[in-house]
Amino acid sequence: MKLIEREKMTELYRGEAKEEIERSLRRWEQEVLPEWLSRMPEREKEFVTLSGVPLNRLYTPLDLKDHDYMQKLGFPGEYPFTRGIHATMYRARIWTMRMFSGYGGPEETNERLKMLIRAGETGLSLAFDNPTLVGVDPDDPLAEGSVGIVGVSVPTLLDMEVIFRDINLGEVTTNMTINPPAPVLLSFYLAVAEKQGVPYDKIGGTTQNDPLKEFIAQKTYVFPPEAAVKIAVDVMEWSVKNLPKWNPVSISGYHIREAGATAVQELSFTLADGIEYVRQLMARGMDVDEFAPRLSFFFDSHINFFEEIAKFRAARRMWAKIMKEWFGAKKPRSMWMRFHVQTAGCSLYPQQPWINIVRTAIEALAAVLGGCQSLHTNSFDEPFRVPSEFAAKIALRTQQIIAYETGVADVVDPLGGSYFVEWLTDEIEERAWKYIDKIEKMGGMLEAVKKGFPQREVEEAAYKFQKEVEEGKRIIVGVNAFREEGEEDVRRVPLLEFNQEEVERRQVERVRRVRASRDQERWKRALDELERAAERGENVMPYVLNAVKAHATLGEIMATLKRVYGTYAEPPYF
Amino acid sequence: MQSRRTSRIRIKVLVAKVGLDGHDRGAKVVARALRDAGFEVVYTGLRQTIDQVVAAAIQEDVDIIGINQHEGSHIHIARKLMQKLKEAGAEDIAVVMGGSIPLVDVEPLKALGVKEVFLPGTPIAEIVRRLEEIVKGGQIASEAEA
Repeated sequence: MKLIEREKMTELYRGEAKEEIERSLRRWEQEVLPEWLSRMPEREKEFVTLSGVPLNRLYTPLDLKDHDYMQKLGFPGEYPFTRGIHATMYRARIWTMRMFSGYGGPEETNERLKMLIRAGETGLSLAFDNPTLVGVDPDDPLAEGSVGIVGVSVPTLLDMEVIFRDINLGEVTTNMTINPPAPVLLSFYLAVAEKQGVPYDKIGGTTQNDPLKEFIAQKTYVFPPEAAVKIAVDVMEWSVKNLPKWNPVSISGYHIREAGATAVQELSFTLADGIEYVRQLMARGMDVDEFAPRLSFFFDSHINFFEEIAKFRAARRMWAKIMKEWFGAKKPRSMWMRFHVQTAGCSLYPQQPWINIVRTAIEALAAVLGGCQSLHTNSFDEPFRVPSEFAAKIALRTQQIIAYETGVADVVDPLGGSYFVEWLTDEIEERAWKYIDKIEKMGGMLEAVKKGFPQREVEEAAYKFQKEVEEGKRIIVGVNAFREEGEEDVRRVPLLEFNQEEVERRQVERVRRVRASRDQERWKRALDELERAAERGENVMPYVLNAVKAHATLGEIMATLKRVYGTYAEPPYF
Repeated sequence: MQSRRTSRIRIKVLVAKVGLDGHDRGAKVVARALRDAGFEVVYTGLRQTIDQVVAAAIQEDVDIIGINQHEGSHIHIARKLMQKLKEAGAEDIAVVMGGSIPLVDVEPLKALGVKEVFLPGTPIAEIVRRLEEIVKGGQIASEAEA
């Protein structure tokens, strides 16, 4: 009852005003539009967003019929948080400029981090190489030729120490894009902090630790789905109790989108992943308001500008509703959707690579207008390789221009109230609820992943997109339009060069040295204790931390866990 | 040795992911597009070793191995793959690659014996055309030998 009363109170257009706008629109459509259409026919029969949402020619107050201001928007810092999680947003503090970086060994990465800090980045984000991402040591046969290429190699505590040489862990926050080995990398980080004398309550940052999207998209899975979720929830539970400033999970739509999903799929699958983790944590007897404020999110910002902005705004509103109405959260902080954004790697192309700078700038602008908490901007040379210092600096400067020159950070939610943006926000929300409903009926995301549902949806969308590009329905500048003769010369951009074979030799040598020089008895005992604890179904986090301090390597700890939990391989279908 | 391959009408391709690289969007889209274009396609799935790829290629009696790579270890993979194919006496199977490969690496890959390198943005029709050419070229060569 109360709700209906309030709805009437803040409905934006009603009564005579609405009728007059409706009459005028009809007149415009009948008397003005036809002549224009015959004189200046439209470019397309139908305009659709990148995700295939059909768009009208024009949006008016009539498209916001029944749009109740307080219910849909409210004020920033208040439920449903559509306009932002903080009341003052970027007027108080610019988003964190957090550049995903890492390559080679810990020495190279330490240099790169210090360069980025000098250039004004405000948060750190570590990219790991593939062996680290799947938890094998550099001398494992699977690691051959892969060490240090797509990120930094971190098989031991010693490597983590070198990465943060001259960097005080009490003064920075660090994101770690790590999933199955998250308990190990978090333990490395904590052990380094302890050595630096930084207490746990001063340590801030994020472990991605989101296994569900590994099966859907990123594919650095190790353990089978149930076990993967169990271990991830171990990290979440332990962190909430021991690390008050740590985000133990970054529920990630980014990889889902990069694998080909639409904006609606990215949004709904990410929320469904989050719902699964909330249920798992509550099943362990935790109070929702104890852990919910520590959950964080990660989205892609693609090139279809308004669709992305609408997606971010819808995401905040939906999560607030889920936390409040489904899970009974009481604290506003539990309803906050705090999220990191990365511009779309898959929107960048090697053809005329410099123009990737422009794509990234537009995508970054959408992230800011969508109210992100932190942002990574891709470098123009990323279709080829991990970025050069030159390219990474341009990407960081792009954020600084948006923050300090354009003025877009000076007003909270500047696009709020745009007939189009509000309509699109509602539309994306409605479509996302339908997907969530479907996944709920399957028994939640863990079950849906086991059935392969989101995997198939993403593959269908990727294939459809490629077909549209092939058919010329999607224009990509420099790729299927506006191509340049002799552009091969332009493509020879100066790339990051480092001696990968040398790095691999060095990393292999270091891990062997660590294995040879540790207290073998203590090491053996720590791994045994971990194995027993895993067998008993206990939270593995304290035991992993203990093993790390006994200088067990990443590969050894993961091998111990694999013995207990088994491994996963995706069926090879297409 | 007369392979079934030369008398077959449909071209058979093994789409492969080698090593730890998990980016399979391109591999799956290309596999499906080739199937739609009338090719017979086998997909290895993720995290294959070179030995597994060579064994699968021989067992499936394919005309072409297509390696999709987004990690940056393409030269390492190509060198090892060509060597293993030779050791297995299967160097008549053509190898092509695609993915995030810098232009400067195309010539070194071809020097190792990779028949074609497809960079991001290559239209599927172009991939189809080149694969047909490569197989046809190989058949003419083997008929001349016979």
